[in-house]
Amino acid sequence: MSEAEASSRVGLGDRDHMLGWLMLGPSLIYIAALVGLPFFLAIALSVTSATVGDPSIHGFVGLGNFVQVLHESAFPLALRNSVIVTLGTLILTLVLATAESELLVRDFRGKRLLQILLILPWAMPVSLAAIDWLWLLDSEFSPVDWLLRHMHLLGPGSPLGPANHLYYYGKEWLGLGAIVMINVWRLLPFATIIVLAGRTSIPRDIFEQAQVDGAGFFRTLFSITLPALLPILMVASMFTALLVFGDMAVTALTTRGGPGYATQVLPYWAYLKGIDGGALSEGAAVALFMFPVLLVGAILALRMAYRTDSQGDRP
Amino acid sequence: MATLELRGIKKHYGSIHAVNGVDVVVAEGEFLAILGPSGCGKTTLMRMIAGLEMPSEGEILIGGKPVTHLPPRARNVSMVFQSYALYPNMTVAKNIAFPLKTRGMPQAERDAKVAWAVGIMGIGHLLHRRPARLSGGEKQKVALARALVRNPALFIFDEPLSSLDAQVRTMARGELRQLHDRTGVTTVYVTHDQLEALGMGDRIAIMQHGRVHQLGTPQELYDDPADTFVAAFLGAPPMNMLERDGRIVGFRAEYLLPSTSPAAAQDDALSLRMHISQLEFLGAEWLVYGEIENAATPQKLLAKVPPAVAATLRVDEQREFTVARSRLRYFDPTTGLRVRDERG
Repeated sequence: MSEAEASSRVGLGDRDHMLGWLMLGPSLIYIAALVGLPFFLAIALSVTSATVGDPSIHGFVGLGNFVQVLHESAFPLALRNSVIVTLGTLILTLVLATAESELLVRDFRGKRLLQILLILPWAMPVSLAAIDWLWLLDSEFSPVDWLLRHMHLLGPGSPLGPANHLYYYGKEWLGLGAIVMINVWRLLPFATIIVLAGRTSIPRDIFEQAQVDGAGFFRTLFSITLPALLPILMVASMFTALLVFGDMAVTALTTRGGPGYATQVLPYWAYLKGIDGGALSEGAAVALFMFPVLLVGAILALRMAYRTDSQGDRP
Repeated sequence: MATLELRGIKKHYGSIHAVNGVDVVVAEGEFLAILGPSGCGKTTLMRMIAGLEMPSEGEILIGGKPVTHLPPRARNVSMVFQSYALYPNMTVAKNIAFPLKTRGMPQAERDAKVAWAVGIMGIGHLLHRRPARLSGGEKQKVALARALVRNPALFIFDEPLSSLDAQVRTMARGELRQLHDRTGVTTVYVTHDQLEALGMGDRIAIMQHGRVHQLGTPQELYDDPADTFVAAFLGAPPMNMLERDGRIVGFRAEYLLPSTSPAAAQDDALSLRMHISQLEFLGAEWLVYGEIENAATPQKLLAKVPPAVAATLRVDEQREFTVARSRLRYFDPTTGLRVRDERG
């Protein structure tokens, strides 16, 4: 009797095999339907002559689309800009996230408020953020320009030139700089949370030992903190790089890739070409150019994270 | 090598008084053990000596120089943490060289110093390993070498043996004391383990509630506790304590013997009739659990007797036990303080 009762209590939760599949199921379906299928569809599209008007994948053209895209003058620019924006954002984000985590790991008055302020960009919808940044760097009403003018850095006879405005979104390097800045601004909270999690997991003893051993702030940072943070920094940079490299929203909402193709990036170009321009197959080809970069980046970051980890605390 | 002076040290966090007025002078080359239950303030006191916390009140002098508000690196104090706090990303050699590197010592000089410290600790074969690949005992040796390498004015140990296996611990205790004797560095050793304090300390400071209850040699503390806290904290088992004539009478378990045993005190002895409730084998001796039944409130007593004597005892029998009056210590029942008038 009691045996039967006990055995009847073995439910689905006790069968690890079944439970595993059940819990993995939703994400497997999600990945297959929304990542895997579009990916293979993109490969298929890229070797055809499909357009938005005729999205059939019958007209096989081989690598023609890739060759076509490679020959366009926008391609090297978009590739260059994607790399610049990604690297620029990555470096700035990592430096700032490390600095912020060093700050937030300490106790001080007003820490809570600062935490909220630092996390805020993350909670902001992209559209609101875009309005924010469009106004801040507006060609005529930019408060940044206004500040610069009042500091006599901008305007006639000043270091930044005679013009009264900098026209951020209308110039190649200022535009790229603005895109990098906005990316840093929106990704910093997430990166900081990752780095801070790593920072707080380093035992406090180690830092006090370093203090007793006579290490100052910078020696502690470079000899103790950063080496210990390396695996988590790799994870943070992987996330940041992948999010920036594949992002078109910031460019689309600010410079729109202009002037000309001067601030164009691969994902936005792929979108413009494939969806706006209707050349579905060429858009797919552009998007696929990003794939090897993203794949190699992800593999490298994961491998480095594992390697540094196995050198660490495991015997 | 230097003296350490603590003058009226206090530390409070809000309304919590972690350390509440400590005055201690540690002589040059002395090994001082700070002993106390957890939460007694010993760790806070130690952290103030190292410079990791600033005292709310009072003064700290190392080698006669006031260092109260100096940061740790300006004190030339070495510290060994309970966890050993080895830098995980550095090899053993780099760990040991780190305190020298921070003071900008040139490479050649550094190598010589590291070789010297490594030689003393006998860890030459570990130099290129990372801390993750060391055993507990090896980690301790590396931490000691790192503490030793810079000729510190003061060693501070924070329960360095508590993460070792019981078997290794006795050995490590001996090695630590030998290291101190060989280098002659003034040492402050914080522990909650009385065996470590009794076995290694030249003197022991017993702390509770942020105060030093008694400061003295292990023998003084054991034989002449200053109050009931020290009497009850020190020794395994702690002192027996009885209420007698408005005072607390304390005596050690090893002085309480059956009146029939040859070693028992005969003249001028306190005699107690005890009901034996349990006998416990401890190896070299037996522990006798007893109760005095004729007292108003039943009082429990412990006696530590040699095996030959234990053989004559039976559980559940009534026996006469005696303790020499010279072994009795009297305490005030309200303050808990030792009463010097022992004949009264």
